[in-house]
Amino acid sequence: MDIKVNVRETDGETNIVELAGEIDVYTSPKVKDALGELIDRGVYNLVIDLEKVRYIDSTGLGVLIGGLKRVREHGGTVNLVCTNPQIKKIFDITGLVKIFGIYDSEDAAMKASV
Amino acid sequence: MTVPPPEQATAETVELRIPRKAEWVAVARLAVAAVASRMRFTIEEIEDVKLAVAEACTNAIQSADGADQIEILCETDHAHLRVTVANRRGVGAAIVAPPLAEDEVRIDGLGVFLIRSLMDDVEYAVDPESGSRLVMIKRLAS
Repeated sequence: MDIKVNVRETDGETNIVELAGEIDVYTSPKVKDALGELIDRGVYNLVIDLEKVRYIDSTGLGVLIGGLKRVREHGGTVNLVCTNPQIKKIFDITGLVKIFGIYDSEDAAMKASV
Repeated sequence: MTVPPPEQATAETVELRIPRKAEWVAVARLAVAAVASRMRFTIEEIEDVKLAVAEACTNAIQSADGADQIEILCETDHAHLRVTVANRRGVGAAIVAPPLAEDEVRIDGLGVFLIRSLMDDVEYAVDPESGSRLVMIKRLAS
């Protein structure tokens, strides 16, 4: 059980954070560190790609909420890419669909962050 | 020889004990998912159970007590899966009175909210002798 974090810079101000694996109480600190490092460097517009994430729990949601809270302090955004029905369901029942922009593709999420 | 009707099917139990460490939560959730998959649950329902068990174990880990193990008991019969997650002195400590920072309270609350949303019944009990436990039930569709 692990999580892989791959950060890609783009032409604009937005960075794409591609996550792959499972985000739980054990792996979420790694995601938190990766997001924190970007934000500390002044990257406040993030697209987080969850397409290769097979599982996320409340600690993972907490890390995403924490990241969103930090970038918003600087006028930034966090948009998510997610089409996995089980993961979208978790965002639905927690009401986080109203807080995050959730898109079907990186392109759509990138357009929304501009 | 005839197959007994479902209502007469024998109840069965599976017990698991894991170290109270984050790296073991995946083992607990996968084990309980394997139990659920032996029943007539849909894939979506199995995923619900998996997440609820992980949240209960996470609660147990994050509660401030001296326990070093988490006990997971699965009881199955023809109608439901009942999962008990027990942590000597603490599964529910974070639920009842979490002395946590503002962010942590909100995040912890998400976990409890998820358990209640994904399972059909959730009970929390404290026994001064044996500690606290979270019991959750998922019913099979009739």
